[in-house]
Amino acid sequence: MITQTSKKPDIHLRKGQIVKGKWHRNHYHVVKKLGSGAIGAVYLCVHENRQVALKISKQSASVSSEVNVLKSFQAVQGYHLGPSLMDVDDYQAQNGFNYSFYVMEYISGESLHDFIRRNGHEWLVSLLIKFANDLHVLHQQGYVFGDLKIENLIVSRKPVQLRWVDVGGTTLQGRSIKEYTEFYDRAYWQCGSRKADPGYDLFALAMVILRVYYPNGFTRGNNPKKTLQQKINRAVTIEPLKKLLLMLINNSVNDAEQVKDFLLTYFIHQKSKKNKRRYNQQAKSSHEAFHPFLEVSSILTIGGVCYLYVTFFM
Amino acid sequence: MKTGTLKQILLITDGCSNQGEDPALVASLVAEQGITVNVIGILEDDHTEQPEGLEEVEEIAGNGHGVSQIVYQDALAQTVQTVTKQAMTETLQGVVNNELTQILGSEKTMEELPPDQRGEVMEVVDELGETCDLEVLVLVDTSASMTNKLPTVQEALIDLSISMNARIGRSRFAVYQFPGRKKSIQQLVDWTSKLDSITSIFAKISSGGITPTGPALKEAMYQFGKKTLRRRFIRDDYTDIEEA
Ligand SMILES: Nc1ncnc2c1ncn2[C@@H]1O[C@H](COP(=O)(O)OP(=O)(O)OP(=O)(O)O)[C@@H](O)[C@H]1O
Ligand SMILES: [Mg+2]
Repeated sequence: MITQTSKKPDIHLRKGQIVKGKWHRNHYHVVKKLGSGAIGAVYLCVHENRQVALKISKQSASVSSEVNVLKSFQAVQGYHLGPSLMDVDDYQAQNGFNYSFYVMEYISGESLHDFIRRNGHEWLVSLLIKFANDLHVLHQQGYVFGDLKIENLIVSRKPVQLRWVDVGGTTLQGRSIKEYTEFYDRAYWQCGSRKADPGYDLFALAMVILRVYYPNGFTRGNNPKKTLQQKINRAVTIEPLKKLLLMLINNSVNDAEQVKDFLLTYFIHQKSKKNKRRYNQQAKSSHEAFHPFLEVSSILTIGGVCYLYVTFFM
Repeated sequence: MKTGTLKQILLITDGCSNQGEDPALVASLVAEQGITVNVIGILEDDHTEQPEGLEEVEEIAGNGHGVSQIVYQDALAQTVQTVTKQAMTETLQGVVNNELTQILGSEKTMEELPPDQRGEVMEVVDELGETCDLEVLVLVDTSASMTNKLPTVQEALIDLSISMNARIGRSRFAVYQFPGRKKSIQQLVDWTSKLDSITSIFAKISSGGITPTGPALKEAMYQFGKKTLRRRFIRDDYTDIEEA
């Protein structure tokens, strides 16, 4: 009765195979495997001349859970939180077992590693600004992404954007994180609990950034926090990014919007510097108009950080 | 919806039993008492070992209505919590399935519901998994070959407690080793909600060559009984099965 899932064999779909839904009778033409993991496997399929991603698993419970999360995201109108959900069904395989699957928007792009390798680390800042905002919206919906890691992120093209797939770890705030991966896990690094709060995602985000600098990862050592500090100081050369990472692992930021504002301030600053160099002679007045804004926003950011520091550590 | 305190035995071993009753048989007996038996088999790190001795792992868990997993040491911590959580979900699905059979008649399980309804039922299962009370008795094989793995086991148990204590429901743990000096099992940590602070619990172990897994499982089962009896005695309002 209970061990059904354990007895059910894993499912492998072949290239060219057609997956027909038991309930909704849609047909999906398997093109190739996109990846697999703890829960199941994801395939690129074609449905009505459209590319879609199909996730299938022997654990129907996990599929249902993920579908519930994706459904609640669809409710956020006009905002794409993760891939959009298109179909949920069961597939009766040749071996007689039923396998649950769901179909979602196919996000084409490349891994963060590949993207940064080709385009340079400077891109991190602009990718993160948009991504931090997505996280902020997710958090406002009452969720925490949970299993935030490089493998669950794709850099899409047109527009270039960092997007997440795999909502298997997405957890209601206040509950225990459903799924996590050690390297990105706040509790593993002894920097906090495994309870779902926005700070959990922000810590994982810091680890995602670090992972870009250390593709093979590293172990925690005897003093995990110190290890992290050393790794950050050694590799991250973009000054504000370094500052941000140190703040994130210290739990001194717990709102994704602050991350966005912090990076945005730097970004604007960068741009205005470049502009200054390029058009040194002309357009002075426009820069002067720019500076007060910069000043105000940095004062606001610093003020916010101080306020948080005071609230949490005094 | 009826859920009790979920009860699990988590057996951590690296080889097969060689003394006493058949552990698979004992596991089915334990499952009969409403206690799930999960098993984690640890492989040698040198990757040379044939996992044949570990076939038993799946058999025990299968009979114990639980989950099994065979891993290398470095994956132990994450596996311990995944196995525990997965077994909780499966048990709760079982409870929900029984409930469905009563409501819908015939042998209707979650898997047979249309996807939309299944999603709603799953929300209930997720909720129960988060809020139910949990008791895990960890039973660690401390025969000679396990000696170098025990520090990792200890870290994994601390990690398990961190995961489970992040839940809304209460979690309690007890740690036993086998074989014990005189008895088949020996208590290392009595029932407690926090394992975070355990240190060198496996320090005073004299490991021998025998692995009496069957008798150990049987004795472990009684450790739930004892505590339940004791608690019943102290708290009249304690109920095994709660109505929610
Ligand atoms: N919508 C999608 N579009 C494009 N690629 C996808 C999509 N969903 C998943 N993938 C790819 O498939 C891989 C596996 O998917 P996913 O992480 O959901 O599987 P999983 O079994 O939950 O794995 P794990 O839990 O170990 O992360 C991802 O790493 C990603 O590369
Ligand atoms: Mg996943």
